[in-house]
Amino acid sequence: MLNKGMRSAKRAWDWIEERTGIWAAIKPLAEHPVPPGTNWWYVFGSATLFTFIVQAVTGATLASVYTTSSGNAYESLRFITEDAYMGNVLRGIHFWGASAMVLFVGIHMMRVFLTGAYKFPREFNWLTGGFLLLLTIAMGFTGQLLRWDQNAIWTVVVGAEQAGRAPLIGNILGRFLLAGETIGGATLSRFFSYHVFMIPALLIGLIGAHLYLVIRNGVSEPVKRDQVVEPKTYRSRYQAILQREGERFWPDVAWRDVAFGFLVVVGIVILAIIVGPPALTNPPDPSIVQAEPRPDWYLLWYFAVLALIPPGLEPYVIIGAPLLFGLALLLLPFIAGKGQRHPLQRPWAMATALLAVMMIGILWYMATKAPWSPDFNAKPLNPQQVGAESGPLWQGSQLFAVKGCQYCHTIDGQGGQRGPDLTAVGDRLTDQQITIRILNGATNMPAYGGNISSGEVDLLVQFLSSRHGQ
Amino acid sequence: MNERGSEGNLDQIRIAGREISRRGFLAGISIAMGALGTILIGVPMVGFLLNPLLKRVPDEWRPVGNVDDFSVGETTSVVLEDASPLPWAGVTARTAAWLRRDSQDKFTAFSVNCTHLGCPVRWLDDAHLFMCPCHGGVYYQDGSVAAGPPPKSLIEYPVRIQDGRVEIRTSPLPIT
Repeated sequence: MLNKGMRSAKRAWDWIEERTGIWAAIKPLAEHPVPPGTNWWYVFGSATLFTFIVQAVTGATLASVYTTSSGNAYESLRFITEDAYMGNVLRGIHFWGASAMVLFVGIHMMRVFLTGAYKFPREFNWLTGGFLLLLTIAMGFTGQLLRWDQNAIWTVVVGAEQAGRAPLIGNILGRFLLAGETIGGATLSRFFSYHVFMIPALLIGLIGAHLYLVIRNGVSEPVKRDQVVEPKTYRSRYQAILQREGERFWPDVAWRDVAFGFLVVVGIVILAIIVGPPALTNPPDPSIVQAEPRPDWYLLWYFAVLALIPPGLEPYVIIGAPLLFGLALLLLPFIAGKGQRHPLQRPWAMATALLAVMMIGILWYMATKAPWSPDFNAKPLNPQQVGAESGPLWQGSQLFAVKGCQYCHTIDGQGGQRGPDLTAVGDRLTDQQITIRILNGATNMPAYGGNISSGEVDLLVQFLSSRHGQ
Repeated sequence: MNERGSEGNLDQIRIAGREISRRGFLAGISIAMGALGTILIGVPMVGFLLNPLLKRVPDEWRPVGNVDDFSVGETTSVVLEDASPLPWAGVTARTAAWLRRDSQDKFTAFSVNCTHLGCPVRWLDDAHLFMCPCHGGVYYQDGSVAAGPPPKSLIEYPVRIQDGRVEIRTSPLPIT
């Protein structure tokens, strides 16, 4: 009985196969030989692809409710988050999926760079990958904007201002991002089209090209010391390895991709349920000036760059640095397209990778602290901290808060970090030095001379010079 | 007009006195048709996308309140509607400005956008300073840079008094 059933299923399949050739097309791909010794470092490319698929399907689902109008998008997001069945989880999956995709595209690129897998004959694997990286970041940026709240509109403004730094075409570029002269009805629908149609169309095309090249050039063999890539001999050596001891991709090698991809999906869902998507901030009303825009985590380090570069260099860094990065990405396989692959025999590659990771790590850490931003939520000091409940010291401490000093200066752990900590300023500066600094300011401190009465200065100085270390 | 080449040779045709192969002709005309089709679809698409860059929206005077609503010396944030908002723009059609009544009949209005990267600056009333939450730019009450990264003063909007009402003229987002 069972046998008979299986036989007719087989017949049906043969009937389909004869007319479509599906298996004949897939089999060579599924069973293509992979060099021996591939390991868990090889899973990040497929992990990126899996997260992309997660993004595509959850994105399409979210779009069934999301409203693409500047005036209503915020309400539709509130509805998705608060009322729609599983809406919050779905938004969470889309956010954490995006985070995972950015993360894996980074790790994948780092792995390929460090093991020299981009070298001959895989130069175009690298180039298509480079464009995929840029498009992934573009998806992250536009996606953050579709979360059309206060943070989003100010991100568009900051983006337009940055584009505005480009020579000659800056103004036009800025207008292009805004889709007009100001934030308005045209802005969001344009970003929706970028995020949902245009960039994904490019992404899908490039993913196809990238995968085609992986099949055509084969998965790079694990690195061995002292084995150099020589264009004349590489292909024959690679083919010899495959013929001698190649492994079948599906399922002998692919199971690792699937297992890791599964763990990634589980991780994304858990994070979506437990942590959830970023909360919506205020409505996208440009007239609410109480805003502190911050990019999502994957671009947060760049926020630090913008704060830390000397103002005079800004036009060069804002436009020049991304251009230089893009150029380096494009040229790499042509500058260093053969020779050693092992990271320990490529000190410059190791140093570059280490430097890049450290730089982004430090910038990222700095950005989470953002010591350059005034802290508008600084709490005024209490009488115990001041050491007085009334009188000149107390009045001085009140002035310290209302004159904005505390937004940038910390005393007793309360206040901003843009300026020096003044907890023990009385030990360091004389009354006269404090007065001069208040009246004249500095590069990063306004001169209060015109904004404060001499009586107020006296009170402030009395208060500050009474600040001593323990 | 195209005409066949010599008798019996179907693969050769003659265009404008030049002999080319039939295959070359078909390839050429197919590519030409493809290019023309792309242009026919592409021109309206690109025009549609790029038009917002080229179109200059005429500025409008927008009332932001009665003169008497503002006391002399005070700086407050006011809301003005964009020059020609799209019907579905909702709250995004609003723009804020910092408005100060300098004297009985003189007002000054500043764009809220920091000249560094456009974040909205806040007015600190007791300190008489504008301060930016993003990278710590600070401006004096006349809009000039007091500290931090901003390259230039806050942008001023034109203000006028019309029939007892204060009006501000809309402007494009200042891209500095």
